[in-house]
Amino acid sequence: MTTGPLPLQPKISTSTLSVLYGAKAAVKNVSLDIPANKVTAFIGPSGCGKSTFLRSFNRMNDLIEGAHIEGSVRIDGVDIYDRGIDVVELRKRVGMIFQRSNPFPKSIYDNIAYGPRVNGIRDRKRLDEIVESALRRSAIWDEVKDDLGKSALALSGGQQQRLCIARALAVDPSVLLMDEPASALDPTATGKIEELIYELKDRYTIVIVTHNMQQAARVSDLTAFFYLGELVEFDETRKIFTAPSHRQTEEYITGRFG
Amino acid sequence: MVTKKRRLIGAGVIGISAIAALAIVGIVAAVTGTIVAGGWSTLSWEFLTAAPSEGMTAGGIFPAIVGTVFLVVMMSIAGVPIGTVTAIYLCEYAGTRSVLARGIRFAVNTLAGVPAIVFGLFGLGFFIQFVGGGIDRALTGGAELRWAQPNILWASLTMALLTLPVVIISVEEAIKTVPQDLRAASLALGATKWQTIRRVVIPNSLTGIMTGGILAVSRGAGEVAPILFTGAAYFLPHLPTALSDQFMELGYHIYIMSTQSTDVDATRGIQYATTLVLLLLTFLLNFSAIYLRSRIRARQQRS
Amino acid sequence: MRSAISRSVDPAFAQHLNTVSTMKQHQHEATRLLTRADLRKRTRPAEFIAETSITGIAFVSLAAIVMIFIFAFREAAPIFSQPDVAAGQVQAPIEEQETYGEEMVASAPESAAPGKESARTDRDAEEGATLENLLGSVWQPVSSVPKFGLLPLVVGSFKVTLLAILLAAPIGILAALFTASFAPRWSREVLKPTIEILAGFPSVVIGFFGLVTLATLLQSVFGYTYRLNAFVGGVAMSLAVIPIIYTVTEDALNAVPKYLTEASLALGATKWETALFVTLPAATPGVFAAVVLGFGRAFGETMIVLMVTGNAALLSPGIFEPVRTMSATIGSEMAEVVFGDTHYTVLFLIGAILFLFTFSLNAVAEIFVRKRLLRRFGGG
Repeated sequence: MTTGPLPLQPKISTSTLSVLYGAKAAVKNVSLDIPANKVTAFIGPSGCGKSTFLRSFNRMNDLIEGAHIEGSVRIDGVDIYDRGIDVVELRKRVGMIFQRSNPFPKSIYDNIAYGPRVNGIRDRKRLDEIVESALRRSAIWDEVKDDLGKSALALSGGQQQRLCIARALAVDPSVLLMDEPASALDPTATGKIEELIYELKDRYTIVIVTHNMQQAARVSDLTAFFYLGELVEFDETRKIFTAPSHRQTEEYITGRFG
Repeated sequence: MVTKKRRLIGAGVIGISAIAALAIVGIVAAVTGTIVAGGWSTLSWEFLTAAPSEGMTAGGIFPAIVGTVFLVVMMSIAGVPIGTVTAIYLCEYAGTRSVLARGIRFAVNTLAGVPAIVFGLFGLGFFIQFVGGGIDRALTGGAELRWAQPNILWASLTMALLTLPVVIISVEEAIKTVPQDLRAASLALGATKWQTIRRVVIPNSLTGIMTGGILAVSRGAGEVAPILFTGAAYFLPHLPTALSDQFMELGYHIYIMSTQSTDVDATRGIQYATTLVLLLLTFLLNFSAIYLRSRIRARQQRS
Repeated sequence: MRSAISRSVDPAFAQHLNTVSTMKQHQHEATRLLTRADLRKRTRPAEFIAETSITGIAFVSLAAIVMIFIFAFREAAPIFSQPDVAAGQVQAPIEEQETYGEEMVASAPESAAPGKESARTDRDAEEGATLENLLGSVWQPVSSVPKFGLLPLVVGSFKVTLLAILLAAPIGILAALFTASFAPRWSREVLKPTIEILAGFPSVVIGFFGLVTLATLLQSVFGYTYRLNAFVGGVAMSLAVIPIIYTVTEDALNAVPKYLTEASLALGATKWETALFVTLPAATPGVFAAVVLGFGRAFGETMIVLMVTGNAALLSPGIFEPVRTMSATIGSEMAEVVFGDTHYTVLFLIGAILFLFTFSLNAVAEIFVRKRLLRRFGGG
């Protein structure tokens, strides 16, 4: 059902994408368009392939031996699995936040400055600016501005995760992938992360994997439900949570399985 | 029901195994005690800083200490970087099906079991005869024997090879304790593989690299067989000044003094004290390695 | 341009998406689009140099190790290429040497048997290293008619090694059993570092202890004639072997799954019955590997035997006689030989045999530890 050329491309667009580990497909034949400057949530029972799918957007799956894809992933229309694509450059533009906060065992400052530094920025003043703006944007500046030299590991779990978000922002990506960013945090810290996500979507396209349906309902504009590696339903979050069109989606949302 | 007979046998079994365990403690105490008791009175500042005198029946062991330090330093310079880089290759670059990696793993395992004396033979056949002989032929047409002889360079290189597996194995162990999360974080920020290794992996395994180095030094300081005919000297009137010089060494000095000295009984004190010095040196090295390793393990458990 | 409408998204929703996106786009000039140029492949010289040199150095370290294999045998090779040994018989001596241990008794009389070989011996008397000569029972490498009979050296090596194992195996295994099954926590914390200390003793220190203390002590207890002999060598050597046997055995005992021991205890077996009849049998392959590894270590050890066995290369039946092992022979004679002559070559041959023998032992131990333990515990 072709509707002719669209006025705008989706930010991320997959077409019949399968991700395989050896012969086993973790993601099967998924076509999905993710709009820019929105929060899109991936939900589904564990092992449904939502994380694997997410990791195909910045090619983190490449690091797993034997993993490969079929189909395509396009970001702003650029096929990111094309031969001529530089994975390192891709990852600078598609940032990722992991399930477990993973700050480097360095100072807060050095954590944020890591990305700019590997990009060759040496100038101290410039780095200072980047660090401050990244920390401000991730709403943690006021909490840490006086101890930038302190070890990042001394921060609380929630602060560490916001630090990791700041670290990703410091490279100035246009897409942020979040793989269950709040699953290890208490409700207060989770709330702060969710608030942050809401504020960030003005500037970034955010894709978040979560097993927490309330979270998906709270933060996302769109929700995709995955089951056994397949995309079951993709729609506005409001619709998914009020009037899902698939029985499986409804059963998962109402907690009958998962 | 635990019968009386069963209980009796049980006590016997536990008793015998406890005696075996106790025996080990006893052995260590006996060896250490004997050597400390025998060497303590001879050990003095002068003993450590003076050269042997009166046909090696008096004086100190300064040249042997210096020789040992030279040996392990040169050995470390040659072996630790290569071992470290090899471990980095094995952990970070080699795929699971890499032929080179499998070859290295097999070779390292094999090497770890090869008798020390065989390394000495290798040093003689390869470094002295083959390489040294080659250099001499190239420089002087073989007229002058300079490099085709035992010296501190060949001894150090032989020892570097002996300790290579030690370095590779402990650095590998340390690199494996660097959490995968950190590598992923770095790569996701757009760092390249080498940037990730240099800025994340290596700084976080520095303790392990140091442990590997210390273990290698400890092993190198204690082994005598590989240097028996690759460079150690019975007695030298001067300290080694060139790579082509021979050298005195603590372990070799113990061996020589206790088996081939002109008056074995008169020099007992010197022998004991030299052994004590070597023992203290290896203790110190091993304990610092054990300490560092326990810190790595603690980190591993935390993450 | 392909449709943005996905399989499971209804058309109305897609339409909505597009509208919303368009609006957003106008609102936020900051939105940056990726272009192909942004993502084009870069050349990264540092990356290339790093990977190439790391791989290169890894290769150097492999090459260095392979060199050992080559050179240990290269210098021994002339023995097998003597002009009058026919091509077809070249392999014979190698095989004989490798299996020397087990066939020692059998091959000695065999070699003495008259025939083709002994006929050749006459011609080769001055050559020295014929098969006949190597299998002889006299080691006199520096006499006018040099004799390179390896038999006394091999027997010496086995004597010392077996004695060391006979002492070290029970102590090491029992002590490991004690630590793994009976020991209270505090004693384990004493024993572990003690073993590390023992393992850290340089062999020359053990040799010295054996020479000055053990030898005198044992002579006064047993009252034999020669102060330094195979027995003292074995006792001293056992000190070097105990840590290996202990460590490997303890690993094997700890690898026995908890459910086995718990099942036994639940059935009413006592602690010692469980240890003796459940834990120890389950760890048998590991214990065996421990003994094999210990054997290899003792067989190749040089300094201890060089210092305490008396160093007489004589064939003798008793354990209280001085002996000379293969490793000690290399250690004491290599410094004085002429490079490249027969004596030199034979010493390298001994080294090659040591290498092959310890290599095979390690391989056997490896197989036992890896394969058997894995099979038995299914991946544990």
